[in-house]
Order: sequence, then C-alpha cells, then structure tokens
Amino acid sequence: MTNGTVSAGPGSNGKHTGPIIEIRNLRKVYKQGDVDVTALRGVDLDIEPGEFVAVVGPSGSGKSTLFHILGGLTPPSSGEIHIDGRDLLAMKESERTELRRTGVGFVFQKYNLLPTLTARDNIAIAKHIAGRPIETDLWFQEVLDLLGISGRLDHKPRAMSGGEQQRVAIARSIVNHPAILLADEPTGNLDTENSNAVLGILRDLNHRLKQTILMITHNPEAAAFADRIITMRDGRVVVA
Amino acid sequence: MLTNRLVLENLKHRPIRTLLSALAIGVQVTMVLTLVGLSRGTLQEMANRSRGVGADIIVRPPGSVAISFSGNMSEGILNFVRKEIPHVAMATATLVEPLGAFDSMTGIDLPEFSALSGGFKYLAGGPFAGPDDMLIDEVYARTHKAKVGDKIDLKGREWRVSGIVESGKLARMFVAIDTLRPISANTGKISSVYIRLDAPANEAVTLSTLREKLPRYEVYSIEQMMSLFSAENVPLLAQFIRVVEGLGVFIGFLVVFLSMYTAVLERTREIGVLKALGASPAYILNILLRETAVLSIVGTIIGIAFTYGSRYLINTFVTSMTQVIVPDWWPIAAAISLIGSLVGALYPGLKAAQQDAIEALAYD
Repeated sequence: MTNGTVSAGPGSNGKHTGPIIEIRNLRKVYKQGDVDVTALRGVDLDIEPGEFVAVVGPSGSGKSTLFHILGGLTPPSSGEIHIDGRDLLAMKESERTELRRTGVGFVFQKYNLLPTLTARDNIAIAKHIAGRPIETDLWFQEVLDLLGISGRLDHKPRAMSGGEQQRVAIARSIVNHPAILLADEPTGNLDTENSNAVLGILRDLNHRLKQTILMITHNPEAAAFADRIITMRDGRVVVA
Repeated sequence: MLTNRLVLENLKHRPIRTLLSALAIGVQVTMVLTLVGLSRGTLQEMANRSRGVGADIIVRPPGSVAISFSGNMSEGILNFVRKEIPHVAMATATLVEPLGAFDSMTGIDLPEFSALSGGFKYLAGGPFAGPDDMLIDEVYARTHKAKVGDKIDLKGREWRVSGIVESGKLARMFVAIDTLRPISANTGKISSVYIRLDAPANEAVTLSTLREKLPRYEVYSIEQMMSLFSAENVPLLAQFIRVVEGLGVFIGFLVVFLSMYTAVLERTREIGVLKALGASPAYILNILLRETAVLSIVGTIIGIAFTYGSRYLINTFVTSMTQVIVPDWWPIAAAISLIGSLVGALYPGLKAAQQDAIEALAYD
C-alpha cells in the first residue's frame, strides 16, 4: 500500500507563497440562546504547505471550532484567517460553499459516506458538486491504488469495513486537489490495525503528494504520525 | 446522471416509504380520473340513449337544463307542435320523474314512442298490459336481478315488470305516461317533446319556426342536444370536478410534504455531508425535487392503472353509471399530482437546503 509511485498532486493553487494557512488573533463567539459563548479567544497559527499537523487538546478547547472555520462551515467572528491566500473573514456564505468544493477536503470520524451510493459514486459526487468531470483520471487511479480500495469501488458503505469506508472518505476528500485536508478524529471509530493503516495513508499522502493535512485527535499515538503537534486549550493555541 | 442515480438510490433505499407515497399519489390520481371518467361515461351513455329515440328535434320547457330530462311544460305543447308546425311527421311526449342522481323513470305513450323510435326489442315479456306495468332495459334487469313478472316498488306504487327491452332507447325504466302524471303531481304536464320530421332537409327551417313560435322554450336539434352532454352542462358537476381536482392537489401536497419531511429528517446527516462537500442549497433542493418528481410520475402511472380497476368495478357493480377511460385527462391528472407534490416538497426541501452543516453533521 505504501509502495505506490504517485506523483505529487496539486495540493495548492500554486499562486500563493508563504504559509498555506495564516491565522492571527482569530476569535469565534457563538450565540447560544441569549448567551454569548466564546469558542476561540485569539488563535495565532501558521501552517506551511505540505505540513502534516496534529491538533490536540481537551474537549472544549476549540479544536473543532477551528476545524469548522478552516473548512468554511462557519464564519469567524474577528481576526485574520487566510487559506492559500484567500481571506475567510471576508467570505460570504456562497464563497465558503465554493471553498468547501475545491479548497478543503474533510475526513470525519464517522466516515460520513452517503449510504445509498457505491464507493465510486461517493467519490464521484464530490467531483460532480465541484462541477468537474466525474471520470477517474490516471493520477486518481494511482491514489486509489495507494489507498488499496480499487477493488472495492462498486460496493456500498454497508458492505465495507470501517477501515475501507475511511479510505473511501480519504479518497473523496482529496479528489478535487484541495489546498488542505482536514481530518477530524479520523481513527476514532477504528481498531488499532485499521487506525495505523489510515494514519499511514495520511502520512503517505502528505509525503508523496505534499498534501497539507490538519488532523484533530485525542490519541497521542495518532498525533505522533504528524510532523508537528499543536496543542489547544481554552480557545487558544498553547503549544505550536 | 450521477444526480439521477443518487435520486433513484435514495428512493430504493426506503422502498416501503417510496411505495406508500407513490400509492397515495396514485389514489388521488385515480380519484380525479374516475370522477371524470364516470361523469363522461354516464353522460355519453345518456346521450346515446337519447339519440336512440330516433327524433330529429327536441323541445324542452323554458329555462330547463338540456340534459336533465325532468322539468315540465303543458301537455298542450305537444298538440301545438303536431298541428301548427310544418314538416312534423310524428311527435311524442315524455314525462321524466327523477329517482336519484342518475336514475329516473320515464312516462311514455308506448304506441307513439314505439312508432317514433322504431319500437322496443323485447328480450323477455312484452308491452304494457295494464296501467301499473313497467318496461325495464337489460342493464336495469341485470343490476337489480329483475325478471318479467317481478314487482318493483317505486314512488309509493308497486309496478309489475311486463317486459325487458334492449338498452339504448332514452331510459332504463318506462311506464305509461298517464299513470305517472298523477303520481308525480304532474297532471297535464310533459317533460319533453320528441319530433320526427318528414325530411331531414327540413331541420333548419323547422328549428327556426319552433324558436319563433315557442320563443321561451328550449329547442334543439338532436346533434345540438348531443353536444350538450358534457360535464360543463350539468349543474354542479363541473364545480364538483374542480373541487376534486383541488382535493387532488391538496392530497398530493400532504402526502409528499409528510414523505419528504420524514426523508429530510432521516437524511439530515447526509445533507450535512453534501454541504460539507460544497453542495449549494440549489443542489440539495434539486435532488429532493427530482425525488418528488419521480414519486409523482410513478404515482400517476399507478393511478392511471387503478382507473382500469375502478372502471371494471363500477361497470360491473354500479350499472346505473358508466365509467370510461379518459386518456385526454392523463396529462391533467399528472399535472395535478406534480403540482401538489412539488408544493409539498418545497418546505422540506428549503429546510434541507438551509440546514446548518455543522448541526447536520452532528445529527444522529
């Protein structure tokens, strides 16, 4: 699985130089009923292109909120945040939707494949949403080989193991060549063997494709697969 | 292509829900098509029987509705027509006593009526032998399992079936007009005058003369009469059909609303996934509306198929009515189901499209 010869994919748009993620004094305040809840209290962070970064921290430390803002799922409240040169603070909802199409890829703890579609169509729909041809190109065929799921593409999620489903989810997340891949507890539902396989795949994608990866995890062993570990607490980055 | 595959797979994923939704849509399609087919079939059948009288012109009371054969006018009109109108070779009067929605008993002067219409073909029994005798047609006999010699209690009188006649001549139950008049409190009254001309070429001039001499009366050629046998000319029927169409839209709306509302709740997480992948609200709405359109099309096909069943049941067991298949109404019924369904899918669809992706992804 790790012996593939995948050429580097276009992880960034190539126009931007410097950190692929630049965050300055990022704050996020949620409205919960009549109460303001501050989830991020001034995050400063730079991620270089091609880095594999693990984000660790206790529950409520702001990891998921940071993940959601970086993924364009929710807008920031204040501060500065740029992904591949794009200013997220200035983005409208439609622009964040566009960012999710091609700028970022998601891998979730619960895989989140569409249960009614085959693995092939689960991957293809990401391309379809992005308005791209859904046929598999040579580069992506190599990725599928690397992930070890070429022979499982015509199966639906219910016929696949958790490890296989997560590999399909990883394939889906990078099919549109996103600038960054955001993985939220990608091994949280997997046993040790499948966890190591998935983490190995993420590291391979990072090494071979120069894919920038941010991975949230509670597991120190999983975090050890990353090049750098960032620790968050109380809405701030305490160790970068 | 991929969107269509997702739509079909979503529908296949919950086969019972899909089937029940399509069935419910089908039932409302059947309801509309059966009602239209029933009114058209019954009216056509009445028209054919009317033509079977063999008259060229019909005179009806002032202000009467063309296809309702009841209503009355003075018996003197018959004599007036016979004596004063040129080219009238033969004329006879009928008196119609309504018994229900589509049922009635018709009083005739049997010798005159037979002369005008060419005579009844008796399948059993024979003409009136007494004042309380009745002729019934084969359909009435079959429906009511009646045979010659049976007693039928109608309008507070016991009638004896003297003969069973072939269908197709004006009515299903005939009695002597002189017997019927006092029973229906119509002494000296008639409902229609049927006129046979000396030559068909004189129809226009006779119609003109009749309208001139009987200005308030309804005068029709038989062809004009036939053209009036449509739902639009039956009081309340046209409105009734509109109400059923409206109900059809409402039922379609309710069924699909519930179905899609459930589907959206069920698929909250999947919608969150699509949003995380960058699907726009329009993309998500498009998927749900396509699902609805498929449900509606399948429902319409089921509904059309069901009308063949309802036709069989009605024509077999409710023989006072006739249902026909109305292919020209299929597109209308399809439009009714599609409109109701799409309106029903709109709110759940918009709710799905506007769902918060983070909340949706956290949904279990």
